[in-house]
Amino acid sequence: MKRSMVLGGVLLLGVFGSTSLMAADKVVSLRGDQDISEASQSAELKHWQDRDPIPRDYVQQPPLIPHTNEGYVINLKFNKCLTCHSWANYKQAKATKISQTHFSDREGNDLANVSARRYFCTQCHVPQAEAKPLVENTFAPLPAVSGR
Amino acid sequence: MSNEDKKSWWAMLKRPSARYSMGTLLVVGIASGIILWGGFNTAMEATNNEQFCISCHEMKENVYMEYQNTIHYNNRTGVRATCPDCHVPMEWTHKIVRKIQASNELLHKALGTIDTPEKFEAKRLELARHVWASMKKTDSRECRNCHDYESMDYTKQGRRGRAQHVEGFDQGKTCIDCHKGIAHSLPAMYEEDPSAALGGPK
Repeated sequence: MKRSMVLGGVLLLGVFGSTSLMAADKVVSLRGDQDISEASQSAELKHWQDRDPIPRDYVQQPPLIPHTNEGYVINLKFNKCLTCHSWANYKQAKATKISQTHFSDREGNDLANVSARRYFCTQCHVPQAEAKPLVENTFAPLPAVSGR
Repeated sequence: MSNEDKKSWWAMLKRPSARYSMGTLLVVGIASGIILWGGFNTAMEATNNEQFCISCHEMKENVYMEYQNTIHYNNRTGVRATCPDCHVPMEWTHKIVRKIQASNELLHKALGTIDTPEKFEAKRLELARHVWASMKKTDSRECRNCHDYESMDYTKQGRRGRAQHVEGFDQGKTCIDCHKGIAHSLPAMYEEDPSAALGGPK
């Protein structure tokens, strides 16, 4: 009985001691070491689906799609991708415009609109997902292209 | 009905009742009012559901099929928007106006204006433009029954969506300005945006 009371007292002392020690340290809030009147820099919200353009890994690589393209229809009547990425729309949409190479046929003649052979975007351009490679490989991006 | 009969009917309607008490007239009037109004509303609601809409093969085999592949039909949370949720206003006066307009659709059903997939496809741009124009005119009222920009949490939206929504609403744009073809296949869009369709100037 007596021993347990002594033990309890020691524990209590320990708790009080540690809290007073902590109070002596400078309080740092979750916003960092910042004055209360200062405007804090808010972090960019992270969305896996919408990212900045992904660097290319090899020469002539079709750029990857850094966003989801679920439900984006591409057919003979309409191309959803081009509502943002066409030369007429990219500025308004703040998107990357399609390359000029997409306007020529296979003989190299320039056309008035996107060439039929370059019209179906997802034949070459693909979105990415957070997925582990199924097979181990030793591929390394070209430093001269990717900067990595 | 002879002229004499007509005259007496009119006279009877104009003359105060000498036979029935005020109470009887009131009770009968109120009761028949409830039945007639209730019947009218019931009949209108009966024409205001998906089953009625797709009882026409024009709707069932074209737009209804396309709609089944979209997020308004099938989605994570199981909330579904059926035909009238988007195409018939909820507010009474607007609803009645739309219902009266729909009598034109009955005429074209009888004429068979879009009774084959080919005829439907040929008319699709014109029909779509009608819907776009009316949604634009009402500031996408039917969309806003569910999607209100004041209730949107932009932080939960994707980066592109957030940027475009904020900018679009600032510019006074309305849902349909950008969200075309979200529930049905789009028509050939060359006339709307030549840069987003295959082909060149004719």
